[in-house]
Amino acid sequence: MTIPDLIINPGVEIRNSRLEIHHFRSRLAIASGFVLFMFLLLFVRFFYLQVVQHEHYNTLAEANRISVVPIVPNRGIIVDRNGVLLANNYSAYTLEIAPGKVDDIDALIEELATVIEITPRDRRRFKKLIEESKSFESLPIRTRLSDEEIARFAANRYRFPGIEINARLFRQYPQGELFSHVVGHIGRINQREVEQLEADGLDANYRGTDYIGKVGLEQSYETQLHGTTGVEEVEVDSGGRAVRTLSRSAPVSGNNLVLKLDAKLQEVVYRAFGDYRGALVAIDPANGGVLAFVSKPGFDPNLFVDGIDPSNWKELNESIDRPMVNRALAGTYPPGSTIKPYLALAALTYGKRRPEQVINDPGFFNFGGHTFHDDKVGGHGSVDMYKSIVVSCDTYYYMLANDLGIDNISNFLRRFGFGSRAGIDITGESAGILPSQEWKMRRFKQKWYAGETISVGIGQGYNAYTPLQLAQAVATIANDGVVYRPHIVDYIENITTRNRTTVESQQLRALEIKPEHLQLVKQALIGVNQGGTGARAFAGAQYVSAGKTGTAQVIALKQGEKYVESRVAERYRDHALFVAYAPADDPKIALAVIVENAGFGARAAAPIARQVLDYYLLGKRPAALKPGKDSGNDTAD
Amino acid sequence: MTPLIRRATRFLTAHVDAPLLGAILLLMALGLIVIFSSSNQSLTRVTSQMINMLVALGVMYVFANIPPHYLVRIALPLYVLGVLLLVSVALFGEIVNGARRWLNVGVTRIQPSEIMKIAVPLMLAWYFDRYEATLKFRNYIIATILLVIPVGLIVRQPDLGTALLISAAGCYVLFLAGLSWRIIAGLAIAGGASLPLLWSALHDYQRQRILTLFDPTQDPLGTGYHTIQSTIAVGSGGIIGKGWLQGTQTHLDFIPERTTDFIFAVYSEEFGLIGNMLLLFLILLVIARGVVITANAPTLFTRLFGGAITLTFFTYAFVNMGMVSGILPVVGVPLPLISYGGTSLVTICLGLGILMSIQTHKKLVQS
Repeated sequence: MTIPDLIINPGVEIRNSRLEIHHFRSRLAIASGFVLFMFLLLFVRFFYLQVVQHEHYNTLAEANRISVVPIVPNRGIIVDRNGVLLANNYSAYTLEIAPGKVDDIDALIEELATVIEITPRDRRRFKKLIEESKSFESLPIRTRLSDEEIARFAANRYRFPGIEINARLFRQYPQGELFSHVVGHIGRINQREVEQLEADGLDANYRGTDYIGKVGLEQSYETQLHGTTGVEEVEVDSGGRAVRTLSRSAPVSGNNLVLKLDAKLQEVVYRAFGDYRGALVAIDPANGGVLAFVSKPGFDPNLFVDGIDPSNWKELNESIDRPMVNRALAGTYPPGSTIKPYLALAALTYGKRRPEQVINDPGFFNFGGHTFHDDKVGGHGSVDMYKSIVVSCDTYYYMLANDLGIDNISNFLRRFGFGSRAGIDITGESAGILPSQEWKMRRFKQKWYAGETISVGIGQGYNAYTPLQLAQAVATIANDGVVYRPHIVDYIENITTRNRTTVESQQLRALEIKPEHLQLVKQALIGVNQGGTGARAFAGAQYVSAGKTGTAQVIALKQGEKYVESRVAERYRDHALFVAYAPADDPKIALAVIVENAGFGARAAAPIARQVLDYYLLGKRPAALKPGKDSGNDTAD
Repeated sequence: MTPLIRRATRFLTAHVDAPLLGAILLLMALGLIVIFSSSNQSLTRVTSQMINMLVALGVMYVFANIPPHYLVRIALPLYVLGVLLLVSVALFGEIVNGARRWLNVGVTRIQPSEIMKIAVPLMLAWYFDRYEATLKFRNYIIATILLVIPVGLIVRQPDLGTALLISAAGCYVLFLAGLSWRIIAGLAIAGGASLPLLWSALHDYQRQRILTLFDPTQDPLGTGYHTIQSTIAVGSGGIIGKGWLQGTQTHLDFIPERTTDFIFAVYSEEFGLIGNMLLLFLILLVIARGVVITANAPTLFTRLFGGAITLTFFTYAFVNMGMVSGILPVVGVPLPLISYGGTSLVTICLGLGILMSIQTHKKLVQS
């Protein structure tokens, strides 16, 4: 039936209506099919998400809700050989805010300030902490609360629902300045250290840790001291707020360090320096253990623990005394006459001198048109090797150095450790300068002049060594030619198991020196302290000691110019040096001391060495005596 | 007495469609259960939603008792009023959250686009009914214009979600009224071609929503966050779900708008695929009943209007679930009868009441 038929047909209206309904119903059926199809689509999507991908989304949901909160381990402590605390943790109350639980932090701090003093510095520090941390960690707004402040806060606690008082551990250096250059200090972890930790794969263990060793033992033994971070699995909501604890693994405390250092000896050294600047390193010749390690002036390491404030920093950083420089480790000084015993050994070893061979010292040495003066006007007369060391005859060593040549000198000195890092267990060591032809070519692109060797003979010229190297070298003589790696830490103690890991003495090398040669030099060094340049400082000592004085020029003197101390500004005066060991027959301690701008070694440095040896060997506490100032000894060293 | 009560009961329930009411009540009950969970077991929320439901059921009852031919009378006035209100909104409307949707009429604020959800399909159904005998191509053009005017005004507010729902309702009427397939195909092609044009007319945030749909990870903390978190909720629900009140995404606050637009994420996380199948089944039940009522409706007006109501109900449900499960962009469409909120509940129940009216006034019309 076609449509025109319908129009003509009388029954058209009803049929038309039926056709309409039929038409409508087919459209409705199509629509229903569409609905079913779309719902099938939804079902497929649900099936995909909830069955096929269920594991994936379940993992995501778990990751959403579970947060791993680190529990920071206690840092190991550092003590001296007698258990005296050098770096300690102390527990103090802090006022902490969990930013995730607070809506308006500024308003809260403002209100808190009405109860407890909060300085602008506290606020700045807190702002910085918020930026650097996750919101569910509670962060200190104030540290080291006094009992009164705790009581005051406790009374007002109801006003501050998001704030809590927590006991936290803080680092403290009870000895302050005394050990600043050995123990070092910790400080807030900076960006560079974060990157380093990430590169080393240690960043996970440092989650939650705010501090890291910056210098000294705190830095070099960081892995031992830090410990293992514990974790707590916490269920958190979308705002990062902790809802409940799911699991917890306890942290493992860091290990303690027990040092070879003697805190009392260190104090004696410090006092002996008086107002002078300088450095002293004392070593146990039998094993390389460091007994005292002083660089003066120091600084208060406690200032650095929580970030040093700008005014203190400026003061330390701009001080003319440069208290932040570790002179014992990184300061390099010309060795002066303290180099002579080694050159004597070199000459004996290379066959350039015999012990009894005598030279005549007229008071000067001419070479290549230059005149090299002896310190003693008129000279020492006839000088053999023993006397050359005892009276510190310059002319003898001008000639000796000239006969040896620079490369023999540098090859021989290198074996004592001069010019290379000793490998002590703190970082920042300088290598010093051990000149040679090759060195000069590399450094200055110039050939070596024979005349330059002459100055090296009395420890001037290019060569420059650290007090640590000087101490290591004299310890090597004391123990008959064995070179040990110096180390500050005696052993590492695990505080839970009480296991001790000893830092083994490491013998770097044994020098091939004929015993009779060594014997001669050692006798001469004893002679120095008995009747030579060190005699005055060691008068009346109850033990036999060996020593050598030295004086290092700060400024080069012009040709023929005579050094007159009173005419030279304080900072340009000579450095005084002294190396020593005692008792001479069975050395227990070897040391090198340098006193900056103090003039002759015999006058300023030797008395310090005397006090240190007296204390270490006899337990004699020195009267507060100012080295050098009371002495009128102008004898050449 | 008993026969009297029976007669009275019969009189009172004469215009209530039992199958439809049953499906509605089941969905509402499910809604209350989910709202209890998603509101962190807030009885206040549940009570408040129960009051909304009672109001909505009341509205439904009233409209079930209004014979469809009364609706025919108000179709044109309501449409004209709606368009006038939309124009007023465009001119004097209040800006809330960057969109001009609300009109302050002194005592209260109204959202005229909500009226158009009913008024547009009503108007179109009335229009086709009026020209039933002489339907020509021109009538479809006019009907399309009648649809485009309010939709255009709503798009400009901007309220893309509502605009889409209203155009869907209008298109359903056009389709059911017999718009020829050739034109449908033509429109589809034209529509496809005009997509770039449409794109350039969209607001930035609307474009962003569509873009993040295809790659929610592009903006995980911004516009993509909703979709990512709700998809995680659905997926982590698995087959049997995490259990009522046990959804971690829900209770740890990872799902935004979790009592309203995203309530399906809560439901899906806690009841899993099995729960989803139950929900799809119940919604299909409502739609199926609507289809049956519409198929048997006596006049073109009731057929078109009933069909539009039924298919709009489907569209709400599909768009909402599609959005939560991450296959449609985030548009503010609640899950019908489940989501918390009075306005949408009343609108939905009003439509369903009209369906009941169509079903129960059939005999009167025929006789």
